[in-house]
Amino acid sequence: MSTMSMTASKLLAKMSSGEISSEEITSACLNEISRRDASINAFLSVQQEAALEKAREVDQKRKAGKPLGKLAGIPIALKDNICTEGVNTTCASKMLEHFVPPYDAHIVERLKAADAVLIGKTNQDEFAMGSSTENSAFKTTTNPWNNTCAAGGSSGGSAAAVAAGFAPLALGSDTGGSIRQPASFCGVVGLKPTYGRVSRYGLIAFASSLDQIGPFARDVTDAALIMETIAGKDHRDTTSLDAAVPEFTSKLEQPLENLKVGYVEHLQEEGLHEEVKEATLRALDVYKSLGAELVPIELPHAKYCVATYYIIAPSEASSNLARYDGVHYGYRAKDFENMIDMYAASRGEAFGDEVKRRIMLGTYALSSGYYDAYYLKALKVRRLIRNDFEQAFQSVDIIASPVTPTPAFTIGELVDDPLAMYLADIFTTSANLSGIPGISIPAGFSQNNLPIGLQLLAPPLEEERLLRAARMFERETEWHLKHPK
Amino acid sequence: MSTQLPEDDVLKVASLSRLKLSETEVNALGKQMGSVLKYIAMLDELDTESIEPMAHAIEISNVFREDQLQESLPRDKALSNAPQTDGNYFLVPAIL
Amino acid sequence: MDYTVIIGLEVHVQLQTNTKLFCGCSTKFNPDHPNTQTCPVCLGLPGALPVLNREAFHLGMKTGMAINCEIPSFTKWDRKQYYYPDLPKAYQISQFDLPMSQNGWLEIEIDPETRQKKKVGIIRAHLEEDAGKNSHDESGRGQDSKVDLNRCGTPLIEIVSEPDLRSAQEARTYLEELKLLLTYIDVSDCNMQEGSLRCDANVNLHVHKENGETIPTPIVEIKNLNSFRGVEQAIEYEVQRQWNEWQETGLSLKDVPKETRGWDADRGVTLEQRGKEDAADYRYFPDPDLAPVTVTNAERERVFKELCERPAERRARLEERYQLSVYDAAVIIDQGVDFADYFEAVAESSENGKQAANWITQDVLRELKEREMEIAEFPIKPDVLAAILQKVKANEITNNSARTVFQELLNNSKDVPRIEQIQQIIEEKGLGIVSDTGELDAIIQAVVDKNAKAVADFQSGKQAAVGALIGQVMRDIKGADPKMVRQLLIEKMS
Repeated sequence: MSTMSMTASKLLAKMSSGEISSEEITSACLNEISRRDASINAFLSVQQEAALEKAREVDQKRKAGKPLGKLAGIPIALKDNICTEGVNTTCASKMLEHFVPPYDAHIVERLKAADAVLIGKTNQDEFAMGSSTENSAFKTTTNPWNNTCAAGGSSGGSAAAVAAGFAPLALGSDTGGSIRQPASFCGVVGLKPTYGRVSRYGLIAFASSLDQIGPFARDVTDAALIMETIAGKDHRDTTSLDAAVPEFTSKLEQPLENLKVGYVEHLQEEGLHEEVKEATLRALDVYKSLGAELVPIELPHAKYCVATYYIIAPSEASSNLARYDGVHYGYRAKDFENMIDMYAASRGEAFGDEVKRRIMLGTYALSSGYYDAYYLKALKVRRLIRNDFEQAFQSVDIIASPVTPTPAFTIGELVDDPLAMYLADIFTTSANLSGIPGISIPAGFSQNNLPIGLQLLAPPLEEERLLRAARMFERETEWHLKHPK
Repeated sequence: MSTQLPEDDVLKVASLSRLKLSETEVNALGKQMGSVLKYIAMLDELDTESIEPMAHAIEISNVFREDQLQESLPRDKALSNAPQTDGNYFLVPAIL
Repeated sequence: MDYTVIIGLEVHVQLQTNTKLFCGCSTKFNPDHPNTQTCPVCLGLPGALPVLNREAFHLGMKTGMAINCEIPSFTKWDRKQYYYPDLPKAYQISQFDLPMSQNGWLEIEIDPETRQKKKVGIIRAHLEEDAGKNSHDESGRGQDSKVDLNRCGTPLIEIVSEPDLRSAQEARTYLEELKLLLTYIDVSDCNMQEGSLRCDANVNLHVHKENGETIPTPIVEIKNLNSFRGVEQAIEYEVQRQWNEWQETGLSLKDVPKETRGWDADRGVTLEQRGKEDAADYRYFPDPDLAPVTVTNAERERVFKELCERPAERRARLEERYQLSVYDAAVIIDQGVDFADYFEAVAESSENGKQAANWITQDVLRELKEREMEIAEFPIKPDVLAAILQKVKANEITNNSARTVFQELLNNSKDVPRIEQIQQIIEEKGLGIVSDTGELDAIIQAVVDKNAKAVADFQSGKQAAVGALIGQVMRDIKGADPKMVRQLLIEKMS
């Protein structure tokens, strides 16, 4: 097995036994990036020098027997909406093309303290709005399994980086499926934690009540490992939860007893790809074979998730993105008549189509006369959706479903049909609206050799249960061991 | 029934959003917003009269910080990303 | 035709916290060092998040209670969205439909003659963050405007009154009473020069037509009134302007949307502010970055207990307990809590409130002004002043001599004056009232003998003649009580 397909846990073991150094691992990652990223486009920037310097520092600390952080020497890629002090953070937008944050996101501080090696910033849909990275102002990430297909989005660069062997771990953000969907498309593990589990301080906001940072990894163990570092209360994020963070890796190999797996029997037959449906049913069989009880459940409001989501997310986005007005940072137009015109010209020139679309939708939904009919209505339906889950989790421990209706689509296939693109979020948005954790794990391949993921959902703060259930499945299957050529 | 959002509405929302749009964009947005709004209208079939709105994913309350000074950014860092400054202030075109 | 003036005030008061409402930057007034009190949060940098300042909420509750508001058990934060360069997030974190306090009132005196009082309703008082400060090119050459974000994020409480005020004078009185109250309960310094207290006034007229009909004129909001005089003058101007306009156009509230005008203090006029491009649509919605605040009864009680006696209550109590005139009580209360405490300490231990009030509102206040001093810094502490006054009361020294002692203590003490010094000064300067009537008697006799004409005048009924004689006696003997001298003189001459 090459270094490039090893998990972080394996690399940590090899570093501690002295078989390999962080510098060697980091160099190998950097080499792969420079050799192959021109066709995959996972990265928007690579911090080669800083990464190598940090790797050497960790190697020296290790040699000197000094205490090391949990992720010592492991290269990690960050989605480019996570602020890094002194390092360009663009959100894949022309608006922030030259933005250099004067501060680190909370999780960046934590990763640095854990001695991780930050190797680069990954591509995404502009301001995390999209499902394919086609909305990036700079480049489109291709799927490492098939370069005519989308890597998914919005955290497509991070998913592709892990799948392509550029980094054993990456972080993304998930507002309506932006971690789980690209993880599914790229055949890696992607976890969206409980809302508030990981601090959002320094995550450039798309929709504040839905955004959550989470990891991409090559297996469940690695996802659990990095969660131990990034999860936990941060006093700079009001919505960060003050809850104990378990050692997610410690009980990972213990199967859950009397596990009850919920599933929706006739879930969205319409538009659901046959191969995805089969993979989901096969996955349920795996759980059955492990002694789990399969329990059919009802989520009566599931079909309203996309509509609800596409009111709440754009509404919050329209407000969160109002600050990009060419005054205090970001792009300013060259030609304008007066101050108001400067705002409008700067924003009109620097935002891409999808961002404009969502700002417009959100502004409309919040505007005088429409607020009650759209925004307030959506907040109420949101509670109904959350109540469905509360009800369901009375009788089941986890819920299994597809992640996306189809495997990775072809680049360009949906760009002209925003609604069709939105509708593909049918399985993922509910977790964001309800604040519950969800994970996508590799669960099969299509006939075209494209990965298919399985989504598992758990009640709030039950990441440990979620990871253990995922690990049970992973141990019985080999999908996660396959790598793109 | 046309689902297109009338141009006047698009322009009004664009003005509120401070977005300068080309004619092509106005036209495309009218269609796209119209179709999304039509889809969203499915929520109307739900009776939500007695349902409390849910603005937060996880409902928490009373989160405070103490009134203690934290270090501010030095001015050069505060201004470092600004499109135009005089070294002391952010500069903007003359305000009407 | 006649009209009634209808005024409601929106007052923004900066709360006295160390740090901003949602971040740890200083709230110090610091216009000379622009953009040095900012951080990612108050700069609105991408990714930064607000966390509520506990003390700001606490001061908000205190304010709400002081103006007799209910403090609801649930309150939340909303974003008010508009674009302006001093507002870096392009939204202000404020409170919309569920403010932290509501339905209160503030009592003001509207007629000093009759002492008629009036309760001005308060619709709500809510917390919000301040914006930064833009400075514009005054030369008219269209130079760039400058933005300083030091003030951005400073905690404000916005107090919105009912349209209960009926004249510019009432509006001013309300504002003065509010300022006094807020400084009294120590939630704000209300420094108007530094913008810690700012006021917008909503003004219109109810025109009473001869047929009995009443027609409201269009509402005008006058912005940025930053002095008491400004409030009064701007409203007076606006009332006249609206009356003239009504007579010209006859347009009512229904015909014209609310207009915003700015007060130009130099020219003494209100000017139409150029209309914002779109009618205000602030698109308020709950801020997802902040958590609501719930308040329990126990918390309400705890904060209520912290609330000191409010100025109106104290004023009434001073009048009652110490038999003070309305004027004296008002002067004492207007000087602030420390001053009133000083007064009460002196009044209590000298056991003469009226005398204490005379001294404190005249002598002490004059000295404070001359020395540009706060009462806390005043060298003569209440126990010392009370001891002086006790000597007057006990007829040991005259009121005039007491002034000499007071001055002596103030001017010639190396350290903080002590009570023992009083007697020393009285003795050194021979200020003690002469109780040996023998000595006094001799001097009076001598004066009577020397002034046959004056005595004759007195005996023929000219009372004024006594005055001149008292003066002579007093010159010859220090420390005599003029009243006693007068009495003895009259006895001698009758």
